[in-house]
Amino acid sequence: MKNIVAVIKPFKVDEVKDALASINVNGMTISEVKGFGRQKGHKEVYRGAEYQTDFVPKVELRICVDDSQAQAVVETIVETAKTGKIGDGKIFILPVEEVVRIRTGETGVSAL
Amino acid sequence: MKYIPMILISIICSLSAAWAGDETPTVLTNKDAIGLVQSHADYVWTLVCAVLVFFMQAGFAMVEAGFTRAKNAVNIMMKNLMDFSMGTISFWAIGFGLMFGVSKTGFIGTTGFFLSDFELGGDPWVLAFWMFQVVFAATAATIVSGAMAERTKFTAYLIYTACVTAFIYPIFGSWAWGSLFNGSGWLEGMGFIDFAGSTVVHSVGGWAALAGAMILGPRLGKYTKDGSVKPILGHNIPLAALGVFILWVGWFGFNPGSTTAATKDIAMIFVNTNLAAAAGAVLAMIVSWMKFGKPEVGMSLNGALAGLVGITAGCANVTPASAVIIGSVAGMLVVFSVLFFDKIRIDDPVGAISVHGVCGAWGTLAAGIFNIGGTSLKIMSVQCIGILACFVWTFGTAYVLFKVIDAVMGLRVSPEEELEGLDATEHGGNAYPDFSTINHASGYTGGGSGSFKETSPAYTGKLVDQS
Repeated sequence: MKNIVAVIKPFKVDEVKDALASINVNGMTISEVKGFGRQKGHKEVYRGAEYQTDFVPKVELRICVDDSQAQAVVETIVETAKTGKIGDGKIFILPVEEVVRIRTGETGVSAL
Repeated sequence: MKYIPMILISIICSLSAAWAGDETPTVLTNKDAIGLVQSHADYVWTLVCAVLVFFMQAGFAMVEAGFTRAKNAVNIMMKNLMDFSMGTISFWAIGFGLMFGVSKTGFIGTTGFFLSDFELGGDPWVLAFWMFQVVFAATAATIVSGAMAERTKFTAYLIYTACVTAFIYPIFGSWAWGSLFNGSGWLEGMGFIDFAGSTVVHSVGGWAALAGAMILGPRLGKYTKDGSVKPILGHNIPLAALGVFILWVGWFGFNPGSTTAATKDIAMIFVNTNLAAAAGAVLAMIVSWMKFGKPEVGMSLNGALAGLVGITAGCANVTPASAVIIGSVAGMLVVFSVLFFDKIRIDDPVGAISVHGVCGAWGTLAAGIFNIGGTSLKIMSVQCIGILACFVWTFGTAYVLFKVIDAVMGLRVSPEEELEGLDATEHGGNAYPDFSTINHASGYTGGGSGSFKETSPAYTGKLVDQS
């Protein structure tokens, strides 16, 4: 099983969610985060003092899938979340040791 | 049944015959009744305006909350609640007497403590007048909480607020306004013009705020060792804007209400008040636009308030066209003043010193310059004397007061308490328990910029200046 962590632009969330639903990925967790890579923040002014915002709002999706689905998930996210401009985000693929469904106690792939 | 019309007609005829002997009423015969109606109208007008000015407390609370961080919002609410509540008690017990009591010297009132002028069954005008005056006293007191926000010990603030409404505000007030009731003041005796309190209320608040902010020192992280100014963002600009609108509304009680009489004079005062506020907002926006490249909301909001403070002294003796000029100058002045105080490293989170102190002084000058009856060297010198007397008295006494408080109990919270937030440390509370209020993406990364008790020399900070 793989945990796919994708940091994407916030306005892409619904598009990505729908695209993943169409390849039968029906569960995920999102969190609102801030971050930067090559995308710089921008300058703002508050009561006459200028400051630089480095961190840019992003959304992080975490999707846990069976190994066989991982590639499709990554490709779908890349396709839908891309705008071509700096700041599109990154995807990290992490191995998962165990998954447990809380309601039933199932483990492994049947818990996904 | 058929007799009823006849009976009715006879009754009506006899009643008319009884009235036929009365004369037509005249103004002279009705003088007392007319005077009574006017008196009742005066009461209603004064008390309605007292409510409007009271509501300015909500305005101040919202402005201060909006321009400061969420972790201190409970503390801001407590300070604003208390400077009105404690101020009311303190003004009732001591302040009103010092301000409006019989004054043999022209420097201080000596009667009327605990509202002793009022007797049950006696003339209730003293109550209406007191009600109107207490909300003015509370306005002066609450100005200071903004400049001292985010780092002041709550107990220290309570002591300050009791003292300012008991002594500092009323004694100066007695010099300028004592004769509005039982007192008399040396300043008003010279012809000092300050109709609704650009100096008496706003400059008193502003200079006390200056003393407090200076002794407190800046918030951690506000000024860096290399001289730049790091903005500490307000957590809710809509609240700040709401506060300004509420203050604007309340000012329609502050200025026109100062007639304490329901007369036609209030119309021009209303118009002057509104024009000055609008002009202040527009000019502040324009100046901020020119200096920073974009119209900035914080400065524009301060500009509206600056215009209001600026017109407060002369609202009854200048023309509407003059009000536009007065407000415009105030709006431009406040922007440069805010930048100036940052340059000399006096941290004022909401611009209270600039809006109320500096523009209060401008408003007092303007009342002399634009006086409808014409200006003169005498008028201007009296205005200047008043402005100076206010600064010396208020800044002097407030500075001493804050120094004493600092020596006895400490004026400022510890750096750890300041970083954690006063809501938790002073009040055990949380203004927004349902929300995460961590903001780690602004320029300030915590840790402080060295000793906050150091007196910093005037420094040319790295401010945005595209002029």
